[in-house]
Amino acid sequence: MEKVIETSHAIAEAVRLAKPDVIPIYPVTPQTHIAERLADFVADGLLKAEMITVESEHSAISAAIGASAAGSRVFTATASQGLALMHEVLFIASGLRLPVVMAIANRALSAPINIWCDHSDSIAERDSGWIQLYCESAQEAYDSVLFAYRIAENRDVLLPTMVCVDGFSLSHVYERVLLDNDEKVRKYVGKYRPLFKLDARKPVTMGPIGYPNSFMEFKEQQEQAMKMAINVMRVEERNFKKHFKRDFYGLIETYNLANARYAIIAMGSVCGTIKHVLKQSRLKDIGLIKLRSFRPLPKEALKKAFEGLKAIAVIDRAVSFGNGGVLWNEIKALSCLPVHSFIAGLGGRDITPRHIMKAFDVMQKEKENEKRIWLK
Amino acid sequence: MPGKDMKLKPGAVIDEPGSSTKTKTGEWRTLKPVVDKKKCIKCGLCWLYCPDACIKIKKDGADIDYDHCKGCGICARHCPVKAIKMVREENGKSN
Repeated sequence: MEKVIETSHAIAEAVRLAKPDVIPIYPVTPQTHIAERLADFVADGLLKAEMITVESEHSAISAAIGASAAGSRVFTATASQGLALMHEVLFIASGLRLPVVMAIANRALSAPINIWCDHSDSIAERDSGWIQLYCESAQEAYDSVLFAYRIAENRDVLLPTMVCVDGFSLSHVYERVLLDNDEKVRKYVGKYRPLFKLDARKPVTMGPIGYPNSFMEFKEQQEQAMKMAINVMRVEERNFKKHFKRDFYGLIETYNLANARYAIIAMGSVCGTIKHVLKQSRLKDIGLIKLRSFRPLPKEALKKAFEGLKAIAVIDRAVSFGNGGVLWNEIKALSCLPVHSFIAGLGGRDITPRHIMKAFDVMQKEKENEKRIWLK
Repeated sequence: MPGKDMKLKPGAVIDEPGSSTKTKTGEWRTLKPVVDKKKCIKCGLCWLYCPDACIKIKKDGADIDYDHCKGCGICARHCPVKAIKMVREENGKSN
């Protein structure tokens, strides 16, 4: 069934079908519509979940960890300051290898206070050990939530996962979404079978001290799990395609790249704008590389996409102050090509076709002379 | 997480009960209590005061579990016949 719905509601719809047992959640702009719709579902009896209206995001993620440790499937969502408040606890979710799924409606961090979209909130949690998927459309957000449970709960992975949608510019946008029938979706997501859980009948210890003689090994296991996540995602993409009889998105998605000598790399809703510009301008020489999985970073897939290119432009919606665009830094480390950096769309500033054209121009004209430009 | 012989489970979960006994915490010690069994009167005061439950009173006198004793010296302080002496660990080794 196809329906025109808001991305936040599409996410809530996917969560309803994934049937989490516990949803500890705290509202924050622009994530609120997800929380509200889930509250409706629970109140209307459409979702049998324990919805915990916690007193902060720190509590939300802490309760999510407790519930997940007890063997429940868990969902929560947040944004911006809320995600920043979760910071210290995020590492505990990943360190304990609990497959919590969390939607992020990306929003700038204060100050100055700003409620609109950029990626500085989730990018700041880059090293927290969470898988991070970035979405371009409502359909992709819906599909990615279902996909996230399959990845996170896989025994070779067991990592918490963020599904990131651009605040307002995606979270509040109404789009056509193909909603598969409930049974089909439920069959795809399946049931969560925890490897370990807190159970008095078979007691285990969770969260013991890690002495210097074992701590590094556990961190190494997390890094290996991230690497495994790349393989598992590849397999799950094929499963998704087979189950729903439609394409899934891949770790990266390329557009117009086949004959291109230049590529622009971006994450999130701006990729839609870039596709639009490429379509309108009929430029054969420029392609788009949309990065969907920021963590784990699909290095091999990216390197393969870079083959035959002369230069790359990276659009960042987050800055590592003192060393420029975050994504730019990561792409620069993967390629010997000239990589131009464009900071754009901070704090909800629209990224328009004019900005994209400017990035195209700079990339084609500047050759070896790498530029760092703020597209304002 | 205890000893190197344990398999490291994802998320540092310990699913074998009683594993804390495998962790030897006596490695921190700089001074170790040594009992002069000839002086020991087996009164049990050291056993009572030891904060780590590392002392047992055996037939020949107080017996110290050096795998877990941290060398705090409370036993030596409380011994009424001065049968326990605190001796510096040599080469950083216990026992």
